Amino acid sequence: MPQLRRKIDEAIVYIDTDSAPRIIPYGEDFWLEDLPVGTRVIYPKPPIQGLPNREAAIRYALNHPHDCDPLYAQLRPGMKITVALDDISLPLPPMKTPDVRQTILEILLEMFEANGIDDVHLIIANSLHRKMTPDEMKRMVGPKIFKEFYPDRYYNHDAEWPEGMVYIGTTEHGEVLNINRRAAESDLLIYVNINLVPMDGGHKSVAVGLCDYESLRAHHEPQTILDSHSYMDPAASALNTKCVRLGRLVDKHMNVFHIETALNNRMYDGPMSFMAKKEDDFTATDRAKFEAMRFALKNLPWAARRKIFHSVPAAYELIACHAGKTEPTHDRILAKCFEQYAIPVKGQADIMICGIPHISPYNVNSILNPLLVQVMGLGYFFNMFRYKPILKKGGVLILCHPCYDEFDHEHHPSYIEFFHRLLPETRDAFRLRHKYEREFASNPSYIQMYRRGNAYHGAHPFFMWYWGENGRAHVGKVIVAGAENAHVPQILGWERADNLQEAIAMAKGYVGRSAEITMLHQPSIIIADVE
Amino acid sequence: MVAAAFYDLEGTLVSTNLVHALYFYSKNQQGLWQSAVKTVSTVASIPLFWATDLYSRKVFNDLFFKRYAGESEDRLKFLSKELFEKVLRPNVFPGAKELISKSRSLGLRQVVVTGAIDLMIKDLMEYLEVDDFVANRLEFVNGRATGRLLPPVMASATKAMWIRQYAEREGINLNDSYAYTDSMSDLPMLSVVGHPAVVNPDVRLRATAVHHDWPILDLR
Repeated sequence: MPQLRRKIDEAIVYIDTDSAPRIIPYGEDFWLEDLPVGTRVIYPKPPIQGLPNREAAIRYALNHPHDCDPLYAQLRPGMKITVALDDISLPLPPMKTPDVRQTILEILLEMFEANGIDDVHLIIANSLHRKMTPDEMKRMVGPKIFKEFYPDRYYNHDAEWPEGMVYIGTTEHGEVLNINRRAAESDLLIYVNINLVPMDGGHKSVAVGLCDYESLRAHHEPQTILDSHSYMDPAASALNTKCVRLGRLVDKHMNVFHIETALNNRMYDGPMSFMAKKEDDFTATDRAKFEAMRFALKNLPWAARRKIFHSVPAAYELIACHAGKTEPTHDRILAKCFEQYAIPVKGQADIMICGIPHISPYNVNSILNPLLVQVMGLGYFFNMFRYKPILKKGGVLILCHPCYDEFDHEHHPSYIEFFHRLLPETRDAFRLRHKYEREFASNPSYIQMYRRGNAYHGAHPFFMWYWGENGRAHVGKVIVAGAENAHVPQILGWERADNLQEAIAMAKGYVGRSAEITMLHQPSIIIADVE
Repeated sequence: MVAAAFYDLEGTLVSTNLVHALYFYSKNQQGLWQSAVKTVSTVASIPLFWATDLYSRKVFNDLFFKRYAGESEDRLKFLSKELFEKVLRPNVFPGAKELISKSRSLGLRQVVVTGAIDLMIKDLMEYLEVDDFVANRLEFVNGRATGRLLPPVMASATKAMWIRQYAEREGINLNDSYAYTDSMSDLPMLSVVGHPAVVNPDVRLRATAVHHDWPILDLR
């Protein structure tokens, strides 16, 4: 038996002749597929039990911070405080209310009031992401805080408002950093974070979440991504190294108090909880529920399915909260995240199968357009490893998605031009950056849509393309199974197959008949510690 | 080769339209009785203006500008300052100046192409800091408006034709140029530039923009 087939963790299942078929997300639908015997399926770990009293855990963290005075000791009457919050890209899908950010804010605001502080602004650290809508903002902090602070003192960061930005400094490597003026000029900046993947949080929160396009260019570029062995492994990520440098610059000039949280991976509960089980453990009721769900979905158009999926919140629970200086706080939260997500995996695969679900950090309440399918496959899922990639160099990545040619005109206007005008000309990330990135970033229409509407910044599709750069450099071939058209895979530089079986056959034709196959069981977050 | 940004004016950069200006002039006739009659007549004609504009911009223009017949050029000019202060400036969309300013920072020439009357918008053009503008011109005989427009009448395809000629004369690269409008009748204007965008569109124009993958801006 090959080395690969030694089971070393409960989260890993090998497909046998009598194994149940596996559920694979396929956009706003699911496939039920029999996988070849010997296929290794990596499941997420069971959810770590949530903290029984999250208010108490948060208060404890605020009173016992790392490497600084407790928050109450830093507060004095009349001071100017800004609280920055992670945007709607975290967590995914949005969690059931009350959102953990609401709970933290309620505690913070109570402390501010008790200490005679009323100059408080709440800023969503959306960087170049789209601005959140008032309804989304209300959901995140609850109606009471929303009513009190919106819109004058609770708003989205605006990276294109020159008067609203201030130059902080330049790192020894020449990286310029401009930060939100209100945050920079506050006596205290409190950052409220949610850590879902190891790329989140830490110095990235302030240095990226509250910066502008010029500052972001230093690290959101293809060479940094190529130099990042895995950007889900901070120790091996050039992206993280640059963010740390910028974050230390922030710490030199600003008083930052970081509050970080880790959530478990309880994505489903109630009637959907069967989705978190291994298929071999399904009861007859689970199977019936799944078939009923598929039957209902089958008769709905994509847009209706999308609406349904986006309206189902996740049942995440808080499993850790730490506060204090950025680095020690983040280190502890990262350790907890890895405790939830890391799975020991022995040996790399020749073929990796990933179902692409309906959601990514960049399309909450919107469409997973082709560029985002790319970022999910070659960016996120490819990078879900530490030490070694799950896929061997030159291996085949199989993605399951319809690859419909659909874009959200309100959220992703510049993506459309990027995909249909630029990618047919070149897929070379360096050429795209050199020739077109600044043109898109300074396009007045895109700037207005970012500032006054809910559009991602004009430069954002470039970052999404760069995000897939180390995946593109590593894989030998990408095959998209179930693509409903030929031109989207072609523009992305991929091959298409009608179904998974055909895709596997094509992949075996490329890497050999004895190929080792691994499937990441989605939707979930897994970090494979590959030996 | 330089490029430009071409803007429609009414509904795109300001929320007012031709009827607001006519209403203002109607209210400010020389006598109270004349003002009352003209104001009532203007208000009563609004449904007709709306219907003809839906049918054809040319028919609308023929009908609409007749309302200015008999107005003295001096008076129209004299009142234009007040029109700007009281009607136009307060109705400039919040994002309009910012769009123009961002656009100018790219080195684009700022040009307004509008069906409004030239002498009524001069102050507004200065306020918006545009480099050039073209607008409709009333015909005057012995200092009095005849109710007709001097050709070329700026509407629909004429705007596009004017942009082409302007680009040729000024050495403007239309492929790198931008155009912004709120009106379905300005589709030809959007079609001649490389970067068309719609602003505050109605349902029909929004659908067209979605179909062509054009950016949809809201400057309100």
